[in-house]
Amino acid sequence: MAIENISLSGRKTAVTNKDMSFWERIYLVQIVKGMMITIRHFFKKKITIQYPEQTRTYSPVYRGLHVLMRDEEGRERCTACGLCALACPAEAITMKAAERTKDELHLYREEKYAAVYEINMLRCIFCGLCEDACPKEAIFLTKSQKHVNVGTNRESFIYGKDKLVISVEDGKNKRYN
Amino acid sequence: MEISFIIEKLVLVLIIFALTMFFALYSTLAERKIAGFIQDRYGPNRAGIFGILQPICDGAKLFSKEEFIPNTPNKLLFIIGPGIAMTVSLLGSAVIPWAEKFVIAGVEYVPQVGEINIALLYVVAVMSTSIYGIVIGAWASNNKFSLLGGIRAGAQMVSYEVAMGLSLIALVMMTGTLSLREITEQQAGFGWNIFFQPLTFMIFLVCSFAECNRTPFDLAECESELVNGHHTEFSSMKMGFYMFSEYVSMFFSSALISVLFFGGYNYPGMEWVADNWGVNIANIFALLSILAKTSFFIFFYMWVRWTIPRFRYDQLMNLGWKILFPLALVNILLVGLGVLLFK
Repeated sequence: MAIENISLSGRKTAVTNKDMSFWERIYLVQIVKGMMITIRHFFKKKITIQYPEQTRTYSPVYRGLHVLMRDEEGRERCTACGLCALACPAEAITMKAAERTKDELHLYREEKYAAVYEINMLRCIFCGLCEDACPKEAIFLTKSQKHVNVGTNRESFIYGKDKLVISVEDGKNKRYN
Repeated sequence: MEISFIIEKLVLVLIIFALTMFFALYSTLAERKIAGFIQDRYGPNRAGIFGILQPICDGAKLFSKEEFIPNTPNKLLFIIGPGIAMTVSLLGSAVIPWAEKFVIAGVEYVPQVGEINIALLYVVAVMSTSIYGIVIGAWASNNKFSLLGGIRAGAQMVSYEVAMGLSLIALVMMTGTLSLREITEQQAGFGWNIFFQPLTFMIFLVCSFAECNRTPFDLAECESELVNGHHTEFSSMKMGFYMFSEYVSMFFSSALISVLFFGGYNYPGMEWVADNWGVNIANIFALLSILAKTSFFIFFYMWVRWTIPRFRYDQLMNLGWKILFPLALVNILLVGLGVLLFK
């Protein structure tokens, strides 16, 4: 096949500078045709989503806000290994580890736990790599349709354990969203 | 002159002014709605039900904007420019006959501000002055884009006025009168002029698009290349006046088209209604009929605007001088022949 015939879209047409015919030159026929097209659109169903009242349905593979999971006994699963922080391409996760004491057995599953666990929501790109990296199945991206709230200072976008860790009842009832 | 006559006419002027303003106000909303619907959107629908309060919000916004006058030696012209545009657009509707005579308690009231026998001439005169508002405003803006817009508008209106005047001559040859009331009365029932003179109608329609500065002939405004043309430097209500005068003149020219070609206030069965239900009821229907025709043409203007793109300047001149002007002359010849043969 000659190179000039190859077309990726299959809609290739050669440009011609042919003179307009009489009917094209007086425009009227073409204008009427165009107006028939627009009047069809006038009565068509509108595709606008009236946002605050209607919301778009989310994709089934949608990834929303993070949650730090608890196990069946209500203990936090995270062991502060830092693999999520390592995997994070946006470097949004920071944590500080601490050792579990005797009287914290009912709070943390592993001997080492995250004393501080922070996700900077201004940096997070919701890619889900932290979820993939976690060996303890501790961090998940939920299908929660809550969004990060608008703020006027940067500190309000750093989500600590108070916002991330799932509450005991929600964890028991498997209400992850 | 009787004092009651003056009062009657003043009240009528006020009513027609209010009517024109109402139509112009809601034309702005209709324009945005129609643009939306044609583009598969809804258009403004937040202010009130169906966005019915949107024009009021727009007006309030325009009023509260900063009044800006550029550093120009022609401050006076800059201020009177929008005023001229608005006044001239409002003047036209004075001669439109809105209905037949109302009879209330034995007194006849004519719903037409000035029943003059040279109404059509008056209309052409008023329309030709509408260019002054634009050109004066553009000149006084001290801005090259405004000036370019003004020059274009001037050239455009002058060239289309020729074809428009000639097409009206063809119409007048048939009707034999310049009075809009008589022209309307000749079209009683369904004898609309459009059926006798479709070519005249086409020429007149195209020319009135150009006279109103509407797309596809909005080269005066031309926001894609001249910023905003003649009203680039205008702000607040001055800009509002220019914008509004466009809608007012659209209303007027729609009314004029319906009077000249679509029977004005006539509707089929008008005499029957007058005989059975009384003159006033028939007249109210007549008023509604002309308003419906006018509304249709306002819709038509918008429909065209959101369908076809703007003409290039040379295409515009070509169309005006090489197509419409000869066509109007040929049309006069044809109509003359027709009048000779069939009248």
